Amino acid sequence: MDDDLYRAIILEHSSNPPHRGRLEAPTHHDEGINPSCGDEVELFFRVEDNVIEEATFEGVGCSICLASASMLTRALRGKSVNEAKEFYQAFKSWITVREPKPSPVDLDELEALGGVRKYPVRLKCALLAWETFSTAMSKN
Amino acid sequence: MSKSPTPSLSFERFRHDFPFLENTIFLDSAATSQMPLPVCRAMSEHYQLGASNVHRGVYAWSERATDRFEQTRAKVAAFIKAQSERECLFTSGTTDAINLLATSWGESNIKAGDAIVVSLMEHHSNMLPWTQLAERQGAEVLWWGLTPEGELDLEQLPRLLGRRPKLLALTWVSNVLGTINPLERIVPAFKEQGTVIAIDGAQGVPHLACDVGALGVDFLSFSAHKMCGPTGIGVLWGKQEHLEAMPPYRFGGSMILSVRPETQAPQGLRVRWAELPHKFEGGTPNISGVHGLGAAIDYLQSIGMENIRAHEIELNRYAHERLSEIEGLTLFGPSQPERRSGVLSFDLKGIHPHDLATLLGREGVCVRAGHHCCQPLMRHWRRQGTTRASFYLYTTPGDIDALASALEKAASVFEGFC
Repeated sequence: MDDDLYRAIILEHSSNPPHRGRLEAPTHHDEGINPSCGDEVELFFRVEDNVIEEATFEGVGCSICLASASMLTRALRGKSVNEAKEFYQAFKSWITVREPKPSPVDLDELEALGGVRKYPVRLKCALLAWETFSTAMSKN
Repeated sequence: MSKSPTPSLSFERFRHDFPFLENTIFLDSAATSQMPLPVCRAMSEHYQLGASNVHRGVYAWSERATDRFEQTRAKVAAFIKAQSERECLFTSGTTDAINLLATSWGESNIKAGDAIVVSLMEHHSNMLPWTQLAERQGAEVLWWGLTPEGELDLEQLPRLLGRRPKLLALTWVSNVLGTINPLERIVPAFKEQGTVIAIDGAQGVPHLACDVGALGVDFLSFSAHKMCGPTGIGVLWGKQEHLEAMPPYRFGGSMILSVRPETQAPQGLRVRWAELPHKFEGGTPNISGVHGLGAAIDYLQSIGMENIRAHEIELNRYAHERLSEIEGLTLFGPSQPERRSGVLSFDLKGIHPHDLATLLGREGVCVRAGHHCCQPLMRHWRRQGTTRASFYLYTTPGDIDALASALEKAASVFEGFC
């Protein structure tokens, strides 16, 4: 039986993330830290002609944090920077409300993270990689 | 009557004083302990029967408040066997006490080139005030490392003592590992070098009978909220000779003898500081907090610190036995129950501590997870954190059974993924 928080897809992503690693020459890169638990996520992007061609992550953290980072790297590949930013906004507003409305964009496997709403202190675990994406894009 | 592996069942009777525990398995007392009803009453009485400031009013209620306030100071002094209540300063807690010490004592005693010893098992609050002080003064921090079991590595003593350090900042009990540091061995060795010894007693004073004279240390700090008292109140004890030589730290009301305009004086004021302990207690103190601390000491003493310690040793032994049965569970820290306090850090099959604590929380079991404000220790171990269960006088073997079954259940959620 699937656990309401620790869905199988979350545990799969966190134990075996497909895009884990560092990029040699990222065009965009940033590191996010959650000071209360010490989780760290580093994101690497190669953007060409305004399209995210590659996205990878490195980090240490709980399964929610790592799964979210892993899903991010899969979800944002091939998207334009603007589409990716819209996706980030859509995911963030979908996950941070108690009664979610259907998202304007297809969140696909990220919907598995919705269980975190019942555990408000864990919300920041699910958002760490996304906030890091946002700062990486605004920095470079 | 439920079965118990030890005579510590008699501690069950204290559960009635903690209504919160009726529905909760609370295993996070190292973060903050629960307050028994007599302590809650002592604090609310201060407000219900009329709140008055201390050391100010001349009306009866204020005098009574002052008396009670100062009686608690005497109670604190007796509790840690200080020579005089003048040596006991009220602070907002351990962190505040250590910051006071690092600023007031530190800046007048630590000079460029001096060495200070800090152990790797310190909480950030007994680490950062000292590294910051060293930075300001141009002093050097010597790090005292640990053995694989999580005890101070005594083989490093010659290296540390050889530098004739000015200060040793050390915790009595580790908040991560439960390790009780052997002060009786350590203190004389440093004293021979003229080292001043400041002990962080946040995890020690609530659990171990304390005699500052016998310990032979110079300073001791602790917090009420880890010993059945309220948050926002703690104590810095120091030897009178040190405290008298130290400059005040927080300026304001109550900490002066007189402030007189005088044209010849610097800034046109001649200020004489109050006597101990008031020199260090500028501003209105946390009066209800002090009453709570006093009631907490009464409560602990009515049980007896030796009895509390014996109870925790039994709980340690039982927890060790019970948790060792769980497949994939690794316990950290000293294995002998006598060498540790009621703090148990562990790992279960590499499940991240926050995931584990969430799963345990869902079963009504409250534990702490993470770096426990000891990031350098975690880095040293190449770990991100641990999950920690901690006990107190109201913890029962039944709580440990509940923890064990919640752990089994948590492991099943991650089955196949770790």
